[in-house]
Amino acid sequence: MAVTVSIPTILRTHTGGEKSVSATGTTLAEVIDDLENNHGGLKARLVKEGALHRFVNVYVNDEDVRFAGGLDAAVKDGDNVTILPAVAGG
Amino acid sequence: MLVIRRDLVDAMVAHARRDHPDEACGVIAGPYGSDRPERFIEMENAERSPTFYRFDAGEQLKVWREMDANDEVPVVIYHSHTATEAYPSRTDIAFAGEPEAHYVLVSTRDPDEHELRSYRIVDGVVTEEPVKIVES
Repeated sequence: MAVTVSIPTILRTHTGGEKSVSATGTTLAEVIDDLENNHGGLKARLVKEGALHRFVNVYVNDEDVRFAGGLDAAVKDGDNVTILPAVAGG
Repeated sequence: MLVIRRDLVDAMVAHARRDHPDEACGVIAGPYGSDRPERFIEMENAERSPTFYRFDAGEQLKVWREMDANDEVPVVIYHSHTATEAYPSRTDIAFAGEPEAHYVLVSTRDPDEHELRSYRIVDGVVTEEPVKIVES
Protein backbone atom coordinates (compact mmCIF):
# COMPACT_ATOMS: atom_id res chain seq x y z
CA MET A 1 0.00 0.00 0.00
CA ALA A 2 2.12 2.88 -1.24
CA VAL A 3 0.97 6.44 -0.70
CA THR A 4 2.48 9.81 -1.54
CA VAL A 5 3.00 12.18 1.35
CA SER A 6 3.34 15.96 0.85
CA ILE A 7 5.70 17.48 3.38
CA PRO A 8 5.40 21.17 4.41
CA THR A 9 8.46 23.45 4.38
CA ILE A 10 8.87 23.35 8.15
CA LEU A 11 9.27 19.55 8.17
CA ARG A 12 11.50 19.20 5.13
CA THR A 13 14.61 19.17 7.30
CA HIS A 14 13.53 15.59 8.07
CA THR A 15 13.22 14.59 4.41
CA GLY A 16 16.45 16.07 3.09
CA GLY A 17 14.49 18.94 1.55
CA GLU A 18 12.09 16.67 -0.34
CA LYS A 19 8.63 18.13 -0.87
CA SER A 20 6.99 14.78 -1.37
CA VAL A 21 7.99 11.28 -0.24
CA SER A 22 6.42 7.86 -0.48
CA ALA A 23 5.42 5.64 2.40
CA THR A 24 3.45 2.48 3.01
CA GLY A 25 0.67 1.47 5.40
CA THR A 26 -3.03 0.72 5.61
CA THR A 27 -3.78 3.36 8.23
CA LEU A 28 -2.39 6.83 8.83
CA ALA A 29 -0.63 5.52 11.97
CA GLU A 30 1.20 2.89 9.88
CA VAL A 31 2.12 5.48 7.27
CA ILE A 32 3.59 7.72 9.98
CA ASP A 33 5.57 4.80 11.45
CA ASP A 34 6.93 4.03 8.00
CA LEU A 35 7.83 7.72 7.50
CA GLU A 36 9.67 7.66 10.81
CA ASN A 37 11.74 4.64 9.70
CA ASN A 38 12.99 6.53 6.66
CA HIS A 39 12.89 10.13 7.91
CA GLY A 40 13.71 10.03 11.61
CA GLY A 41 12.16 12.76 13.74
CA LEU A 42 8.99 13.22 11.70
CA LYS A 43 6.73 11.23 13.99
CA ALA A 44 7.40 13.44 17.00
CA ARG A 45 6.34 16.44 14.90
CA LEU A 46 3.05 14.80 13.96
CA VAL A 47 1.96 12.72 16.92
CA LYS A 48 1.74 13.57 20.58
CA GLU A 49 0.52 11.19 23.27
CA GLY A 50 -1.01 8.83 20.74
CA ALA A 51 -3.00 11.45 18.82
CA LEU A 52 -2.30 13.84 15.98
CA HIS A 53 -0.59 17.00 17.15
CA ARG A 54 -2.83 20.07 17.20
CA PHE A 55 -0.15 22.02 15.32
CA VAL A 56 -0.65 20.03 12.12
CA ASN A 57 -3.48 19.29 9.72
CA VAL A 58 -3.34 15.96 7.94
CA TYR A 59 -5.51 15.12 4.95
CA VAL A 60 -6.03 11.85 3.10
CA ASN A 61 -6.79 12.97 -0.43
CA ASP A 62 -9.08 15.94 0.33
CA GLU A 63 -10.39 14.82 3.67
CA ASP A 64 -9.24 16.25 7.00
CA VAL A 65 -8.43 13.08 8.98
CA ARG A 66 -9.80 14.64 12.16
CA PHE A 67 -13.19 13.74 10.71
CA ALA A 68 -12.05 10.36 9.37
CA GLY A 69 -10.70 8.52 12.41
CA GLY A 70 -7.50 10.47 13.05
CA LEU A 71 -4.52 8.12 13.21
CA ASP A 72 -6.88 5.19 12.46
CA ALA A 73 -7.93 6.76 9.14
CA ALA A 74 -7.69 4.16 6.38
CA VAL A 75 -5.38 4.73 3.44
CA LYS A 76 -5.23 2.77 0.23
CA ASP A 77 -2.77 2.31 -2.56
CA GLY A 78 -2.23 5.51 -4.52
CA ASP A 79 -3.73 7.86 -1.92
CA ASN A 80 -2.23 11.28 -1.31
CA VAL A 81 -1.52 12.27 2.25
CA THR A 82 -0.99 15.99 2.76
CA ILE A 83 0.52 17.50 5.88
CA LEU A 84 0.10 21.25 6.49
CA PRO A 85 1.02 23.32 9.51
CA ALA A 86 -2.20 24.42 11.22
CA VAL A 87 -2.46 28.19 11.00
CA ALA A 88 -3.79 29.34 14.34
CA GLY A 89 -3.03 31.43 17.37
CA GLY A 90 -4.48 33.82 19.85
CA MET B 1 11.91 43.86 6.22
CA LEU B 2 8.42 43.47 4.83
CA VAL B 3 7.81 45.49 1.67
CA ILE B 4 4.10 45.67 0.95
CA ARG B 5 1.72 47.67 -1.23
CA ARG B 6 -0.57 50.15 0.48
CA ASP B 7 -3.75 48.59 -0.95
CA LEU B 8 -2.81 45.26 0.67
CA VAL B 9 -2.25 46.96 4.03
CA ASP B 10 -5.60 48.71 3.65
CA ALA B 11 -7.28 45.37 2.84
CA MET B 12 -5.88 43.71 5.99
CA VAL B 13 -6.97 46.62 8.17
CA ALA B 14 -10.44 46.71 6.58
CA HIS B 15 -10.86 42.97 7.17
CA ALA B 16 -9.74 43.32 10.80
CA ARG B 17 -12.14 46.24 11.37
CA ARG B 18 -15.03 44.38 9.75
CA ASP B 19 -14.63 41.26 11.92
CA HIS B 20 -13.92 43.20 15.14
CA PRO B 21 -14.45 42.17 17.98
CA ASP B 22 -13.63 38.72 16.60
CA GLU B 23 -10.14 38.09 15.27
CA ALA B 24 -9.73 38.22 11.48
CA CYS B 25 -7.13 36.18 9.60
CA GLY B 26 -5.81 35.58 6.11
CA VAL B 27 -2.91 35.13 3.74
CA ILE B 28 -1.20 37.22 1.09
CA ALA B 29 0.35 34.94 -1.49
CA GLY B 30 3.28 35.87 -3.66
CA PRO B 31 5.52 34.25 -6.26
CA TYR B 32 7.92 31.65 -4.86
CA GLY B 33 11.29 33.20 -4.03
CA SER B 34 10.09 36.79 -4.54
CA ASP B 35 9.24 37.67 -0.91
CA ARG B 36 6.64 39.97 -2.46
CA PRO B 37 3.03 39.75 -1.22
CA GLU B 38 0.57 40.10 -4.12
CA ARG B 39 -2.61 38.05 -3.93
CA PHE B 40 -4.88 38.89 -0.99
CA ILE B 41 -6.88 35.97 0.44
CA GLU B 42 -9.23 36.48 3.37
CA MET B 43 -9.64 33.30 5.39
CA GLU B 44 -12.50 32.32 7.62
CA ASN B 45 -11.68 32.28 11.32
CA ALA B 46 -13.07 28.84 12.18
CA GLU B 47 -13.03 29.83 15.86
CA ARG B 48 -15.07 33.04 15.41
CA SER B 49 -13.51 34.25 18.62
CA PRO B 50 -12.21 37.54 20.05
CA THR B 51 -9.19 35.73 21.54
CA PHE B 52 -8.29 32.94 19.11
CA TYR B 53 -8.09 32.26 15.39
CA ARG B 54 -7.68 29.15 13.29
CA PHE B 55 -7.83 28.73 9.54
CA ASP B 56 -10.59 26.33 8.55
CA ALA B 57 -8.66 23.15 7.65
CA GLY B 58 -10.65 22.48 4.47
CA GLU B 59 -10.37 26.04 3.21
CA GLN B 60 -6.65 26.04 4.01
CA LEU B 61 -6.06 22.89 1.94
CA LYS B 62 -7.85 24.48 -1.02
CA VAL B 63 -5.87 27.73 -0.75
CA TRP B 64 -2.52 25.96 -0.24
CA ARG B 65 -3.21 23.78 -3.32
CA GLU B 66 -3.99 26.91 -5.38
CA MET B 67 -0.73 28.48 -4.24
CA ASP B 68 1.17 25.31 -5.13
CA ALA B 69 -0.42 25.26 -8.58
CA ASN B 70 0.53 28.95 -9.10
CA ASP B 71 4.09 28.56 -7.76
CA GLU B 72 3.15 30.86 -4.90
CA VAL B 73 3.93 30.76 -1.20
CA PRO B 74 2.23 32.38 1.79
CA VAL B 75 4.42 35.50 1.94
CA VAL B 76 2.24 37.14 4.61
CA ILE B 77 0.08 35.41 7.22
CA TYR B 78 -1.97 38.00 9.07
CA HIS B 79 -4.41 38.09 11.95
CA SER B 80 -5.84 40.69 14.25
CA HIS B 81 -5.75 41.26 17.98
CA THR B 82 -8.89 43.04 19.04
CA ALA B 83 -8.10 43.94 22.65
CA THR B 84 -4.31 43.77 22.90
CA GLU B 85 -1.25 45.13 21.13
CA ALA B 86 -0.03 43.88 17.74
CA TYR B 87 2.53 41.52 19.23
CA PRO B 88 2.51 37.68 18.86
CA SER B 89 0.85 35.86 21.76
CA ARG B 90 2.24 32.66 23.24
CA THR B 91 -0.21 30.64 21.15
CA ASP B 92 0.81 32.55 18.00
CA ILE B 93 4.42 31.56 18.66
CA ALA B 94 3.59 27.94 19.48
CA PHE B 95 1.63 27.49 16.23
CA ALA B 96 3.89 29.46 13.88
CA GLY B 97 4.60 26.86 11.20
CA GLU B 98 5.76 28.86 8.21
CA PRO B 99 9.37 29.93 8.87
CA GLU B 100 9.56 31.89 5.64
CA ALA B 101 6.36 33.89 6.18
CA HIS B 102 6.01 37.42 7.48
CA TYR B 103 3.57 37.22 10.38
CA VAL B 104 1.58 40.44 10.35
CA LEU B 105 -0.44 41.49 13.39
CA VAL B 106 -3.10 44.18 13.22
CA SER B 107 -4.50 45.55 16.46
CA THR B 108 -7.98 47.05 16.39
CA ARG B 109 -8.21 47.79 20.11
CA ASP B 110 -8.31 51.51 19.36
CA PRO B 111 -11.38 52.35 17.27
CA ASP B 112 -9.60 55.19 15.46
CA GLU B 113 -5.95 54.20 15.15
CA HIS B 114 -4.89 50.72 14.09
CA GLU B 115 -1.48 49.27 14.85
CA LEU B 116 0.21 47.03 12.24
CA ARG B 117 3.50 45.23 12.86
CA SER B 118 5.37 42.37 11.21
CA TYR B 119 7.47 39.52 12.60
CA ARG B 120 9.43 36.46 11.66
CA ILE B 121 8.71 33.54 13.96
CA VAL B 122 11.22 30.70 13.65
CA ASP B 123 11.66 27.89 16.18
CA GLY B 124 9.82 29.85 18.83
CA VAL B 125 11.94 32.98 18.37
CA VAL B 126 10.11 36.20 17.46
CA THR B 127 11.96 38.89 15.52
CA GLU B 128 10.18 42.12 14.70
CA GLU B 129 10.99 43.66 11.33
CA PRO B 130 10.33 47.04 9.73
CA VAL B 131 7.35 47.39 7.38
CA LYS B 132 7.90 49.47 4.26
CA ILE B 133 4.65 50.48 2.61
CA VAL B 134 4.91 51.25 -1.08
CA GLU B 135 2.30 52.98 -3.20
CA SER B 136 0.24 50.62 -5.37
